[in-house]
Amino acid sequence: MTARFRPGARVRVRDRHAQGHLRTPVYLRGKAGVVERLCGRFRNPESLAYGGSGLPERALYRVRFSQRALWPDYRGSADDTLDADLYEHWLDPDETRRR
Amino acid sequence: MTHAHPARADDDRPPTDYELLETAVRELLIEKGIVTADEIRAAIEAMDARSPAEGARVVARAWLDADYRRRLLADGRAAVGELGIDIGPTRLVVVENTARVHNVIVCTLCSCYPRMLLGLPPDWYKSRAYRARVVAEPRAVLAEFGTVIADDVTVRVHDSTADMRYLVLPRRPEGSEGMREAALAALVTRDAMIGVSVPKAPAA
Repeated sequence: MTARFRPGARVRVRDRHAQGHLRTPVYLRGKAGVVERLCGRFRNPESLAYGGSGLPERALYRVRFSQRALWPDYRGSADDTLDADLYEHWLDPDETRRR
Repeated sequence: MTHAHPARADDDRPPTDYELLETAVRELLIEKGIVTADEIRAAIEAMDARSPAEGARVVARAWLDADYRRRLLADGRAAVGELGIDIGPTRLVVVENTARVHNVIVCTLCSCYPRMLLGLPPDWYKSRAYRARVVAEPRAVLAEFGTVIADDVTVRVHDSTADMRYLVLPRRPEGSEGMREAALAALVTRDAMIGVSVPKAPAA
């Protein structure tokens, strides 16, 4: 199974504004996180939702974000996290230095 | 016997475009012989018959059998299949609560939910308030459910944004030592498996 990112890889969600059946929540766009695991390959819902084949299948990752990185005024432990399932074509390698 | 209550307006209203579309598609599928009305009714009945008892059985088994617990965390669909629960093609990720970590589940984009194990989701799970708030202030939302998470416990929110479905494996309550599987399952509530609550304490 080919996958661009390995568990532990730092990735950044594309800050793309598109119309359609997107499974990437707006609150995560532009945010950096860490690949927790590869979930497998699935047909692309952005095509499936409109009667398309959804092919080629896309790698789906579970990406873990620090809550404090998502919400500047987050109240809670610095260790608190949010996980979301994101498709490979929404992710870029994160080149910025780890804070 | 007299019985009085305030008059309440009927909620009659014209069907929405989506309701009309659903009716039109359903009637066409029946007319063309692709499905029967009884098959549609039976599918709704089967979905309505699912209940959190399925998930509770899985949790109780995981509490009693360490090997099963490992298999459940590694491959949720295969492990629930061992108990005769067929969740179809759904990919299930089971996340485990520990002394250090508390997990809670949401679907911010719609209302994805492990229906095959928990039945239909509660209304609050589908509300905009829960979906918007639990990702940004999970500790406050959990506290409103009566679940106060200690500062030294990590809260992990799982947003079911795509093809995976999530189930929380709660911590086995203290005082449940020696209890059998069915009695343990009775402690496991729907809300504990969503992660907004914890299992009931055993009766003293």
